[in-house]
Amino acid sequence: MAEMTLRDAMTKALKEALDTDERCFLMGEDIGAYGGPYAVTRGLLEEYGEERIRDTPISEAAFVGAGTGAAMVGMRPIVEVMTINFSLVAIDQIVNHAAKLSYMSDGQISVPLIIRTVTGGGGQLAATHSQSFENWYASVPGLRVVVPATPYDALGLFRSARKNNNPVIFAEHSLLYRVRGEIPDEYFEVPIGKARVIRPGDDVTIVSYSGMVRVAEDAATKLAEKNISTEVIDLRSLSPLDLDTVVQSVRKTNRVVVVEETWKTGGFSGTIASDIQESAFDDLDGPVIRINGPDVPAPYARNIEQAMIPSSDAVVEAVTYNFGL
Amino acid sequence: MNKPLKLERTEAIDLYSMMLLIRRFEEATERLYQRGLVRGFLHTYIGEEAIAVGAIPNLRDDDYIIGHYRDHGHALARGIDPNIAMAELCGKSTGSSGGKGGSMHLFDVEKHFMGGHAIVGGQFPLAIGMALGLKMRNAQDSVVMCFFGDGAVQEGEFHETMNLASLWKLPVVFMLENNLYGMGTEVNRSNAAGQNIYSTAESYQIPAVQIDGMDLIQVRETVTEGISKVREGNGPVFIECMAYRFHGHSMADPSNYRDNSEVEEHRTRDPIDSFRSTCLENGLITDKDISNINEEIDSKIQAAIEFAEQSPAPSDASLYTNVYAAPETD
Repeated sequence: MAEMTLRDAMTKALKEALDTDERCFLMGEDIGAYGGPYAVTRGLLEEYGEERIRDTPISEAAFVGAGTGAAMVGMRPIVEVMTINFSLVAIDQIVNHAAKLSYMSDGQISVPLIIRTVTGGGGQLAATHSQSFENWYASVPGLRVVVPATPYDALGLFRSARKNNNPVIFAEHSLLYRVRGEIPDEYFEVPIGKARVIRPGDDVTIVSYSGMVRVAEDAATKLAEKNISTEVIDLRSLSPLDLDTVVQSVRKTNRVVVVEETWKTGGFSGTIASDIQESAFDDLDGPVIRINGPDVPAPYARNIEQAMIPSSDAVVEAVTYNFGL
Repeated sequence: MNKPLKLERTEAIDLYSMMLLIRRFEEATERLYQRGLVRGFLHTYIGEEAIAVGAIPNLRDDDYIIGHYRDHGHALARGIDPNIAMAELCGKSTGSSGGKGGSMHLFDVEKHFMGGHAIVGGQFPLAIGMALGLKMRNAQDSVVMCFFGDGAVQEGEFHETMNLASLWKLPVVFMLENNLYGMGTEVNRSNAAGQNIYSTAESYQIPAVQIDGMDLIQVRETVTEGISKVREGNGPVFIECMAYRFHGHSMADPSNYRDNSEVEEHRTRDPIDSFRSTCLENGLITDKDISNINEEIDSKIQAAIEFAEQSPAPSDASLYTNVYAAPETD
């Protein structure tokens, strides 16, 4: 058992991929000589050489699509898009190409491509650098979307992503890189599509993922002080979505709050809320509550940026107000 | 025409047959479209046959091809079974994609025909990725041939791809089919380089030429040379083939943006007619060959239509298959 940061867990995951699979290579902006914009790939260029650690021009559509092309001829590329905001420059390649090739060719082509990218706000980077689009990608059939919140899950999910024969959006929250966690010495995998109950409880369920898992956990701690027992679920992936684990919890607690960092309009919390009421309407004691960021672009100044990101206090208030607990 | 032809008789017959197969296939698709058996967008290759047929047979089996939505000609030239292609256009379960792709998305991966891509310019990054993959796999000296039209050159993906292909010396033969119109917009109204798009490729340090894309022999010779250059490992080449599509952009296009006289003028340069004349003049093909080929192609096309018409529609269950690779996980 070793304690490591999520960043180190990702570095370990990448090295494993490079060590064990010669079809695997990394491609992205400043992942080599610079050492990686978030330092995940630091040292890899020296260890694996520039053929397999490929610095690209600032040319997202070209290198993301090139990842797909390489996958089409039998490679297993890992492409890094510096942040999910920049993935929009490559969204044609992701949505119209990578996601479609299996279906349009009726299974003649598969695209085993991992697109690693950094998501989320909270770093005072303002409107164009603080967004979370994993919910958009999760709405596209043909893509898998993975959203780890812990070092253990990051490593375990990445190991599964490597074996997946489809394009996987692997979204790492920028504020989680320094989060520490235990990593067992023995090999393990975390399957894609299985949520985790990270804290059992009886009175209310909080569903969250990525950066919002910490907020959910903090809220649960605060609610415990009010003698409210909270079950916290980390979805770990949005596609596939593990609705079963969520519904099972709701059947027990009868109350549910979905917390998500991105905008409320069009947020994935809406899909989850809708799925819950379709599957467990009679088990609900109240409406499914959605807590999202407000529908505004992210600002720069610290105080108003923080006001935009769902807080544990907001979750606590929602639970006590809406459910009369 | 005074230059001796570097063609064997059997090659001449094969090339002529293939151009005619594409022409008759396309004419048949238009008839099927009018009968409502082919739906969606249908873009025919009529007038441009010399490019696919001049280029693709020069590739080896281990090479790859990728292109755009006007893809029937490329797929046929690479050897896709016309029955399967026609069935795909008719949305049948026996089609190359089981009826899920349609006219714009033909695939025959066994033959390394990697699509039919219908977002203009979207195939560029895929092409260089395939080339990168081949290079990294040390797959001898295989190349990727990438087809696109003049309309795609204004897309950002084109420019990003030219840069990266050149920078990384990727083994790609870029085949520009400049048919003078991006849908209804004439190339001089959409590209600053007008009818000299090859010069844009040169600005990315890619060796580029412009040729008559309606002259099969010129295409064949230029492409042969281009492929060997790419196999040497010096990076991509760019071949601008000047061409003309005789019919509208798609079946929905009445061609109001161009005069009939312009179309008629280009029709006098019909690539099939001129290749036939050249072959006859040079004694490579006889009139008897021509009539035999006609018959053979007509029966192939008839068979393809019958196969497509008689094939069943996709099963209801197929709606849900292959959204994700099967198996999803290794």
